[in-house]
Amino acid sequence: MAEAHGFAALSWRQYRLERRMFWRNPSAAFFNFLLPLLFLVLLCAVLTKQSDRDVIVPGIAGMAVLATTFSALAYNMVFLREQGILKRMRGTPLPSGAYLLGIAGNAVMNTAVQIVLITVAGKLFYGIAWPRDVGELVLFVVLGVVCFASLGVALAHAIPTFEAATVYVNMIFLPVVFISIDAAHDPSFLKGIAEALPLAHLVQGLRDAMVTGTGIGDAWSALGVLAVWTVLGVVLAIRGFSWEQRRS
Amino acid sequence: MQAQRTSRERRSQTQFEASWALVNDELAIEVRGLRKRYGDLEAVRGIDFSVRRGEVFGLLGPNGAGKTTTVEILEGYRDRSDGAVTVLGHDPQLRPADLRERVGIVLQSTGIYRHLTVRETLRHFAGLYPAPRGVEEVVDLAGLRGKEDARTRTLSGGQLRRLDLALALIGDPELIFLDEPTTGFDPAARRGAWDTIRSLKALGKTVVLTTHYLEEAQALADRVAIVKDGRILVEGAPAELGAGDGATRYRVAWRNGSGLLNQRETDDPTTLLHELTAAALARGERLDGLSVTRPTLEDVYLELTADG
Repeated sequence: MAEAHGFAALSWRQYRLERRMFWRNPSAAFFNFLLPLLFLVLLCAVLTKQSDRDVIVPGIAGMAVLATTFSALAYNMVFLREQGILKRMRGTPLPSGAYLLGIAGNAVMNTAVQIVLITVAGKLFYGIAWPRDVGELVLFVVLGVVCFASLGVALAHAIPTFEAATVYVNMIFLPVVFISIDAAHDPSFLKGIAEALPLAHLVQGLRDAMVTGTGIGDAWSALGVLAVWTVLGVVLAIRGFSWEQRRS
Repeated sequence: MQAQRTSRERRSQTQFEASWALVNDELAIEVRGLRKRYGDLEAVRGIDFSVRRGEVFGLLGPNGAGKTTTVEILEGYRDRSDGAVTVLGHDPQLRPADLRERVGIVLQSTGIYRHLTVRETLRHFAGLYPAPRGVEEVVDLAGLRGKEDARTRTLSGGQLRRLDLALALIGDPELIFLDEPTTGFDPAARRGAWDTIRSLKALGKTVVLTTHYLEEAQALADRVAIVKDGRILVEGAPAELGAGDGATRYRVAWRNGSGLLNQRETDDPTTLLHELTAAALARGERLDGLSVTRPTLEDVYLELTADG
């Protein structure tokens, strides 16, 4: 009996609950799954040159990582905090780490499904080959997930109310996606900003893995920038964490 | 982090074993000199009380008196600024797993997973405790029969409050905190909730109840502490509050020979009654409508919490 209540079992239990709830909330499911796919379909309808599609498909994959982790977790944490669900869970024997792992696991599963969908759609419809380097793809997705998940949780601390969450998230999400999908062709000042932020490096890594296959040797600087943001995200996510809505 | 926590727990464990040995084993909660500051504001200013096992203890006071701050310290949500607190033998601030498994909490306002049914919610929470009560049993206990397959977002306010109670009971806790459990209830729903709380006592649970409803404290609590401005003004059984300290004003009322209602307040009803009855007998009158009343909890409460 005690075995069934170990940390891993409780994390798994929370993860399964989060999955079930995810599918019961159509608007969240839409935002997580359909939006990036819609972008993929629309942009590939406009961009018919293969060289453009080679850029846009990994870009959409990067955007999907951002949407399923950074945006989704920022919304979720603000919602759970404002609703008092975080506080309620804190009053149970569920360890905090197991709870957060369950929530993050849900986001990671969404990311994994997205990457598979985009990869398959890219292969079937948009002339992108199967990923050149699956190991590199997995490495970048994993690092991207940890990085953007922690940044999403960190951002949640700065968002005062759930009503404000859409504005806060999209004020970051949309411009960052815009400048990061094809940072190499940005005007120089935007390029500088994009290269200081993690998404452009994730997209570059995904492009290397999915399209160009230049190997992991070329990716060290991208990995380095992602790693720095990951450390920053984790520190901010843990330090600012609050179980309940701030009063007044 | 895990290792750090264990060593901290072990250290506190030995501290508590030492102090706990001195404390009556019948106590579920002991609070000594509790203080809580938020910046310049001191919400709790030196509170002492203890709660015996199996007792319903009421913290009664106006809004902003410090009731919720006090119970949230006992629940482990807040760190105290000063004082000593023991809950079921633990320091709640250290949030030991053993304590969380033995305590059930109904907070003042908390959300719930909107897309799950009542039964799914209870089943999930049951899985977080080592020895939970049966889901169906708790559905009945909390008065949610007929709603067990409803999504929680379709529940009314009163039904959600009953779900709060059900979630606090699902782990089969020894000690249950109820923070204003019936605020916003209509009278019928309030009676229903009172019956549930009485059944908790019948199950041998210890209950700590905060409320600003006098009649609720009077109906449910074995002992009440009246809190105002972060201090306990008076503590005791609701029926005895204010009695026995010599300052109690008894109200004696009677009708005189011409049927006029007389009323006198006294702190010595024995002498007054003796004089009254002797005089009446001497005049050959009856003392119609004679009554002696002790101050109600309401009288005590209003007198103590009055401003100025």
